[in-house]
Amino acid sequence: MEVPISYYLTLSAIIFSIGAVGVLVRRNVIVVFMGIELMLNAVNLSFVALARASGSMDGEVIVFFVMTVAAAEAAVGLAIILANFAQRRTLNADEIDLLRW
Amino acid sequence: MILFFFLAILMVASALTVVVHRRPIYSALALINTLFLIAVMFVLLDAQLLAYLQVIVYAGAIMVLFLFVIMLLSLEGEERGTGRLGLRGLAAISGLVLAIELSALSAAGARASVAQVPSSYGTTESLAERLFTRHLLPFELTSVLLLVAIVGAVVMARRKA
Repeated sequence: MEVPISYYLTLSAIIFSIGAVGVLVRRNVIVVFMGIELMLNAVNLSFVALARASGSMDGEVIVFFVMTVAAAEAAVGLAIILANFAQRRTLNADEIDLLRW
Repeated sequence: MILFFFLAILMVASALTVVVHRRPIYSALALINTLFLIAVMFVLLDAQLLAYLQVIVYAGAIMVLFLFVIMLLSLEGEERGTGRLGLRGLAAISGLVLAIELSALSAAGARASVAQVPSSYGTTESLAERLFTRHLLPFELTSVLLLVAIVGAVVMARRKA
């Protein structure tokens, strides 16, 4: 395997920071959610790379659970966005500033 | 090695598209692209089952959910950009700083050599063997978590009668 593991970790760090900037900068809540998914995937890549480097498969088990939790979180988060939209009719994070309508 | 750099450049370009593009539908498509590229990286790292799961679960289920929601709720039109110009530049610079710092930290702490793994590494059988013996408790708890998520999503999206 000629690609050093640090290359995978660097790529994971870059994708993670792109996702983090996306979460902070964008106002559309769906795009914020996509930034969260980008961060989760970057961490998954990092876990798999380190699992391969150390020869233990525990990192892959962790990634399995991260994927499952991310799926559950995506479902619930999008349901919340839908319910929020049904009341406020906006997807702009700047305008969703009260806990109660 | 060339394949890795090719994939890495495509992945960074897709990730930037997710974050930068004004219309959310193109962000979602770019995110699907990124997820497929991560699945290819998993194959490069001998994680076969995770590559399948990445395509089926992440790119196949979660992103379809995203696309449903975007297509349901995009009557508002496009987002008007990301606000004042000074903040955008500051965000880009701080993102760059974060990327450099994380890369330096992670690359410095990585192992120099990659372990030799048997040919059964990352296959469905070996991952399942681990999942159902050593990590059985998190597995069962995750199934309870999924049940809670299903109930929660149904309750949240229900129309108030």
